[in-house]
Amino acid sequence: MQEFVKATSQAGASSHLATAGQRESQTRVINRAKELLADGTVARVLGWKAGDLPYNPEPAYFEKEEDFADFVYNGFCGANLSKYMIEASKLEGKTLVCLKPCDTYSFQELMKEHRVDRDKAYIIGVGCKGKLDIEKIKAMGIKGIQSISGAELEDEAETLTIQTIYGEKTCAYKDAMLERCHVCKGKDHMIFDEIIGESKETKDADRFTEVEKIEAMSPEEKFAFFQKELSKCIRCNACRNVCPACSCRKCVFDSNKFDSAQKANVDSFEEKMFHIIRAFHVAGRCTDCGECSRVCPQGIPLHLFNRKFIKDIDELYGEYQAGADLEPRTPLTDYRFEDAEPGIVAERG
Amino acid sequence: MYKIAKENLTALFQKIASEQELYLPVKTAGQTNFGVWTEDAQVDLDTLKTVKSPKDAFFPQSETLYTCIRDGKKLKIEPEALKDQNFVVFGMRGCDVKGVEVLDRVFLVDPLDTFYAARRDHGTIVALACHEPEETCFCKVFGVDAADPSAADVATWIIDGTLYWKALTEKGEALTETVKDLLEEDNSADEIVEKEKASVRDIVEKLPYMHLSLEGWNGDVLMEKFEDPLWDELYKPCLACGTCTFVCPTCQCYDIKDYDAGRNGVQRYRCWDSCMYSDFTMMAHGNNRKSQKERFRQRFMHKLVYYPANNEGMYSCVGCGRCVEKCPASLNIVKVIKAFQKQGGEQ
Repeated sequence: MQEFVKATSQAGASSHLATAGQRESQTRVINRAKELLADGTVARVLGWKAGDLPYNPEPAYFEKEEDFADFVYNGFCGANLSKYMIEASKLEGKTLVCLKPCDTYSFQELMKEHRVDRDKAYIIGVGCKGKLDIEKIKAMGIKGIQSISGAELEDEAETLTIQTIYGEKTCAYKDAMLERCHVCKGKDHMIFDEIIGESKETKDADRFTEVEKIEAMSPEEKFAFFQKELSKCIRCNACRNVCPACSCRKCVFDSNKFDSAQKANVDSFEEKMFHIIRAFHVAGRCTDCGECSRVCPQGIPLHLFNRKFIKDIDELYGEYQAGADLEPRTPLTDYRFEDAEPGIVAERG
Repeated sequence: MYKIAKENLTALFQKIASEQELYLPVKTAGQTNFGVWTEDAQVDLDTLKTVKSPKDAFFPQSETLYTCIRDGKKLKIEPEALKDQNFVVFGMRGCDVKGVEVLDRVFLVDPLDTFYAARRDHGTIVALACHEPEETCFCKVFGVDAADPSAADVATWIIDGTLYWKALTEKGEALTETVKDLLEEDNSADEIVEKEKASVRDIVEKLPYMHLSLEGWNGDVLMEKFEDPLWDELYKPCLACGTCTFVCPTCQCYDIKDYDAGRNGVQRYRCWDSCMYSDFTMMAHGNNRKSQKERFRQRFMHKLVYYPANNEGMYSCVGCGRCVEKCPASLNIVKVIKAFQKQGGEQ
């Protein structure tokens, strides 16, 4: 197996020029992290560790110089590390955390909610050129994947070259991007101690187009749409557990003190309760980081619920982006005379 | 051996479904899972792995066991009827068939799980050999032959637009009898199927996970593995969701709960549980696994140590690779096995 990894990484490197520059910002992150560990500024580093397949890096802590042999930062590092900082904030010393531009919105929102400790974090804002979705690649019929090149941050390639046991395949980087990257909030990090690497504009769609399509449906069509999507739910809780806005110490759906604890995937429950309550609970706090939809094993477009709330907030209270600042008064936690009346929902239909 | 052209499969499904319930891979809202065949169902035999395994057919994610209804001053208890109709599960892969064997060893021993047993009695498994196994597959490690799902009632292969059909058990013969009019006997089929098997086995050899070593994992290493400090690191990225356990063909833990259906009484149901969940095996005295590390460890110890200890060394992983594909944090059993190997190598 190790030979396989070696062989494929060589294949990946040789099929692309500029191997020295290719992983430059990954190297810069590693070097800087080692420096900060060595001088005692940070006690540990939270980043991504290379997986055993070309596309499955995992969130990981790095504490010793030799750990960094496995450090990776590429197009498959979609995982938002900001939520891990809740636990890291309880540890001794600072944690260096690598955050992509969109992840910094989540971190700042968690700061606002006093769930992470800014003083316990050293934030390296890492560059991003859009993150990749292996499910999209596989949906193109690409299987038996051995290596993928073109996923590195510096790589200017617009195309991914994928070696499979069934032959070489290619696909446009753009076509393999996560949905959230097509509606990217921008290249800027909202909070950081330093930035390493360039980011690229990837937005090529309007954030609310899909929401508008659903708004235009009749109530029956809406119900049918959500029933079809939500009845796929297997109650794995991946959406909740990955969500930086879902940071309750004990979720009401895990509590055995009430009748709310639920593990059964019963359609009537799924559609009426879990996802809708969750969407209500994160309304006004959801930064639209897209992790819920990224992790859903059944491909349920969960972000649509959150975006509907975001769109309504924009329309009723003025444009608002959760996590863009540290202002404690937010549309749904601030009360003013000119606020929309609840009756507007009935009037609007 | 029999054969039928792929374009005539709808007729085959219609014929089976006219006599019994038929479960097979169906695409709904973009995802393929096992579901009941209907005229409108979008059957998908091209997707190698359904998101959830087909274990629902025998062990549904949730099922009511009995209902208590208030009847004046009395309480009436109505047990749920056991499955008494025959059904067919079509398109299970070799790994999933092996998964049923793992479940059998849990539910068909004393005390017999009557709900499960009734479904096993009435279900006929028609397996479909893998044509293009993927990089996440490691069934060979657990003794499964992707090219020849021989533990099923009927084994089938789809080769160049033709489905080849071979009954393997009495149940399989009985099903074959009912659809015989649609099948065509083919004496040269064996040769074609053997060639396909050889080609699939060649692919299997090239897949990265198929040569994973299970050295050091067996029923006798309980304390050594349980106390290994490696778990302190391995669990860290785990989000404590239940994805791995719910897509798994062999995870068999369940919880029993009551649902207050108001005037309709109280339904006592069981539903899959996940060792990743904080209330897993919670009892009156509290929880015996308080940390995520302990919960994470439980899953792998169960698959690779506890189950083999109770089942003559048989592991309760079948190498389907669904956890590899679906874990939101990219953790999985392969990484765990490799991490222990690596550690062993360094010592």
